[in-house]
Parts: sequence; structure tokens; C-alpha cells
Amino acid sequence: MDYGLDKKTTSLKTFNTIFIIVWLLIACFPFIWTFWGSFKVRADFFSRSDWWYAISAFNTLIETGGKFTTNAYSQAWTEGEFWKASKNTVIVTIFVVSISLFLGTLGAYALSRSTRNYAFWLLILALIFRAMPHITLVSGYLFPFFELQIWGILPTTIVVLVAINQPFTLWLLYSFFKTVPRELDESALIDGCSYFQTFRHIIMPVMWPGVITAGLFSLMLAYNDFTVTALLLNQENHTMVPKIQSYLGTNQHEGNLMWAVSSVVSATAPLFILVMFFQRQIISGLTAGAIKG
Amino acid sequence: MPNKTFFWFFLPTGLAMILFIGLPIISTGIQSFYAQHDQIVKEVKKCDPFGCTVSIVVDNEETSKIREAKPLGKFNGFGTYTDRNHLAVDEIRKFWNETDSFGAFIDQVTNLPFYKALIFTLTYCLFVTPNVLLLGFVIALSLNAVARKIRGPLIFGTILPMIVTPLVGSLVLFWMIDSQGIIGANIQNLMNDPYLSLKSSKTLTWITIIIYGIWHHSPFAFVVFYAALQTVPQEPVEAAIIDGASRFQRIKHIVLPHIYPVVTFVALISLMDNFRVFEPIIGFSAEGSAQSLSWLIYDNLVNEEVILFGSAAATSIMTIVGIAILLAPVLIRTWKEFRIAR
Repeated sequence: MDYGLDKKTTSLKTFNTIFIIVWLLIACFPFIWTFWGSFKVRADFFSRSDWWYAISAFNTLIETGGKFTTNAYSQAWTEGEFWKASKNTVIVTIFVVSISLFLGTLGAYALSRSTRNYAFWLLILALIFRAMPHITLVSGYLFPFFELQIWGILPTTIVVLVAINQPFTLWLLYSFFKTVPRELDESALIDGCSYFQTFRHIIMPVMWPGVITAGLFSLMLAYNDFTVTALLLNQENHTMVPKIQSYLGTNQHEGNLMWAVSSVVSATAPLFILVMFFQRQIISGLTAGAIKG
Repeated sequence: MPNKTFFWFFLPTGLAMILFIGLPIISTGIQSFYAQHDQIVKEVKKCDPFGCTVSIVVDNEETSKIREAKPLGKFNGFGTYTDRNHLAVDEIRKFWNETDSFGAFIDQVTNLPFYKALIFTLTYCLFVTPNVLLLGFVIALSLNAVARKIRGPLIFGTILPMIVTPLVGSLVLFWMIDSQGIIGANIQNLMNDPYLSLKSSKTLTWITIIIYGIWHHSPFAFVVFYAALQTVPQEPVEAAIIDGASRFQRIKHIVLPHIYPVVTFVALISLMDNFRVFEPIIGFSAEGSAQSLSWLIYDNLVNEEVILFGSAAATSIMTIVGIAILLAPVLIRTWKEFRIAR
């Protein structure tokens, strides 16, 4: 309870307000600026002569006749085949999220209900796996995948992303399952439920907040991944992030850099909307592991 | 839970992790001992009215035949580890003997690709991690002092840099900092130097990537610290106020000790993440002046002619060793605590 003991001086309050405003500007302005710039032509957003063109839309006015243009978007989505990339991202994301939650809830439930030593060691092993840089794993995949001829297709990438995602999902769900009292399981077991029935009908219904949080993190991993998708998928199957990178590679073409700008906006917007709605769950997920362990 | 039930519950996730995290590490280990085949050459005798010449050409047929027969390449032992692109044992010995001063020796060594990347990776970790902790903590303290009603939107704005993928985050910054972007152009005007740009200077590139790292990771530290601040008990803080402790003293003696375990957690996670820095190098197109260990692996794997599996694998194994060294203190501590708890 606040008794009003902690009196802040006016200068401290002012300083605090200024600091927050400056920080928010640093954190958000790049995104606002990119969003703004994506509706301009390249000569304005990457102006050689005067950066003010990005605001006054000097060249955009000449080239398109309006202050704003959606050319970059329409070209990237059609000519640049960004629609295909986003379709692939949707497929990958849906499968990765559902499979990782299925595997993760089962495993984490077992870990949280076991009193043996090996449960502890498995968690430590998961932590070590979590620390592996993804690119080192990819360098292990490439050769066997070429040999087995399963390189380049979406299912392989989905399975790999699920596996890479498991350690974090396990830790997160483990800390959530720990908060569900054991008495709940025990009473169900005494009433004659099997372990799986207990898990399915008693524990899962009260676990939804945890499952949503874990799902969000799996989604962000699959959606944002670059290392795995760039190296394990062929051109045809590329998801959004490697697609954006491929627009950068061919700088000679006039429109391409603006394609990258508009695709960055297209790819980021759904993520921001999602975070806006699920902010609470994301924060609880990031802190679950930290505060309790 | 009985062992058998545990086994069946854990089997799917365990299998996934063994197959796609455990085995790849082993596969990387095996690959690191092999190197791609040399091209097979043959002598071709060409005769014309002025005499015969013998020229050496690549025998494409034979080369592809042996590549198909032994796709893993030829056995190379520790050869890849010690070659010029990795630990460069011979080169270092040579530099040691040939250079007169220690400074010149260090200069030579840090020009070798592996050591160059190692130094960048370590510098990045060394500068980013403490600053992330500091900035995250200050933002958390600062937001904690704001009225509850407006905190939601402020938190949303604060975590934006964290939720976008590093490639997108670095691109968004790069487009502003680049010489044709809003910040870059203004700095050029301010300094009155039309040739000042990110790519022109190695130091500038490093600083930019480090600033990007702080920008990207601070929100994570913020979120965790912010949550930890909510759990700080109020009574000791109030007692300290009555005893006349200043704000700084209260933070130092009450708040910090309370959230200390969380600080180590954040430090560990951000150290692990910073050690694998890779995407910003692509985003800032900074390959020329900044290479990290992960980037070296990526570069080997996207090699145009033939993928350098062995070279990538050797760098990977050494990166894993680096991670192990970083993690060792934490693991040892956990193990000790675990033994005491038993």
C-alpha cells in the first residue's frame, strides 16, 4: 500500500518524463519512419540529394502524381511473389505452433509431476540445447538433409523449428504447470482417472493461460526465424523473412529496395497487432522462467 | 509419476530434441573431420605442328564421380581446425617468429578470419550485455514510477524492438542510419563531411551494430526487471524512507539485492543470445568490416561453388565450445545447489 511516503521532487518527475519520452522515441520512431517511408518512391525514402524529400514527397509527386503511393506494396505482393512467402509463413507458423504445444504440454506436464532426479537433468539438458546457436544446428542438418533428399521442403523446416523450439516451450510450460496444485491431479487419480485422462480433462482446462503464452512464443519464433528458413528452404518455399533478404540482394533493380521496405511493414504489422492484444501473456511468459527459477 | 508413464509423456518431445538437436551436434562433429574433395586434375597432351604442350586441366567427370561416391568428403582429421581459416596454428607460429613486437604480432593474428570473428563476437557481448542490463533496469525503474493507467501503452512501445526479428530490426535502423537515410544524411550535414558513411569506417560499423544490439535486447531486460520490481516488498522500503535513506541508497541496498537472482538470469540469457549475433551483420550489410562466428558458418554454408561443410562444422564446434565455456559457471553452480538440496 502506498502511504505517500515516497515523495518525488518535481525535478525528478520532469527528468523521468523526459527520459521515457526519449526512450519511446528511440524504440518506436524507426518503425513509424519505415511505415511512413513505405508509401514513397525510392528516390524519396533513400534520397541522395535531400532527406527532407522523404517528408515532402518531392519525387513521389512527380512519379505517381500523389503524395502517397502503394506501388511498393502491390509490386512486392504480386511481382515479388510476397504472397507466396506469406502463405508459406502462415503454413509454417500454424503447424509449428500446434505441434510444439502438443509435444510441449505432454513433456512439461511429465517433468512438473516427476520427483526423480532425471527430470532435473532433463531440464538442464534442455537449457543447454536452448543455448545452441541455431546456425550450428543448421550446419549439422544440411548434409544429412541433402543426402536424404528432404532439403528445401516445408515439412522438414516445420519439424526442425518445432524441435529447436522445444527447450524453451518446455521450460515455460514447466513453470506454468508447477503453479497448478498437485492435489488436483491426486484427487483425479484417486477417482480412477488414468494419468492421460487427468492431464486431458483436469489439468489442461486450467492451463489455458500458460498454453496461450507458450503458443505466442512458438508463433514468434516460427514467424521471425531467418537462420533455419533461409538455409533449409529452397527459393520456391521461402517464408517472409528470407524473402525480404532476397529483395536486398538484387539492388540494381529500381523497385527492389522499396519492395523490401514494404514487405518489412507487411511482415511486422500482424506481429504488432498480435502483441497489442496479447501483451499481458507475453510479459507473463518472459517473467515466468525468471522469477520462479 | 511412475517411470513408465513419464517415459510415454516425455517420449515425443524427447525424440524431437534428440533427433533434431542432439544428432545434428554429433553430425556437425563428424563433418568437422572431413573436407571437401580436391578437384581431380589430369594432364592433357596437345600437339600441333609446332610441338607438343602438356597442360593440366580439371577432370570434371572424375571429380563429380568421387564426390558422389564419398559425399562427406575426404577424411581430414584435425586438419580443418588448424588450417588458415580456423585456428591457423602454422600462421601464428610464423607470425610469432617473424614479428619483432608483440603489438605487430597481435595485429597479424587479429587479421586471420577466425580470430577476427572471435574478437568481434566477444566485443559485441562485452559491450552489449552490461548496457542492456543497465538500460533495461533504468527503463523499468522509470516506467514503474509512472501512473498505472498509462503504463500499458508505454510498455507496448517499449517492447517493440524486441518482438521484431533481428533482421527486420537491423534493416529498419540501417535504412535510417545509411548515408541516404534521415539520420545518416543529417550527420553528414552536421559534420560537413559528405563521404561520412557507415561503410567507410570499421569503428563506426562496430559501434552501430553494438547500439543496435542494445536497442534490440534492452526491452527483454526491461520486462523481466519490471516484473521483478513488482515483487519488491514495500515495508523495508518504507522503513528506509523513514530512516532518511536517499533514493539511490534505497535502490542500492534494498531493490538490487532483492532482484539479484533475476539479474543473473537476464545476464545469462542475453550473453547466450549475444554470442550468436549474426542477423544484424546481414541487415547492416556489414560483412566487410564486422564478422561474427555465426556469420562465418553462414558464409561457408551459402558458398556458391561447393558448400564447405567441413569448414562450417569446425567453426560450429568451436562456437559450441565457446558457449560451453560461457555456460560452465552456471551449470557448476546449479549442480552444487542440486547436490546440497539432496
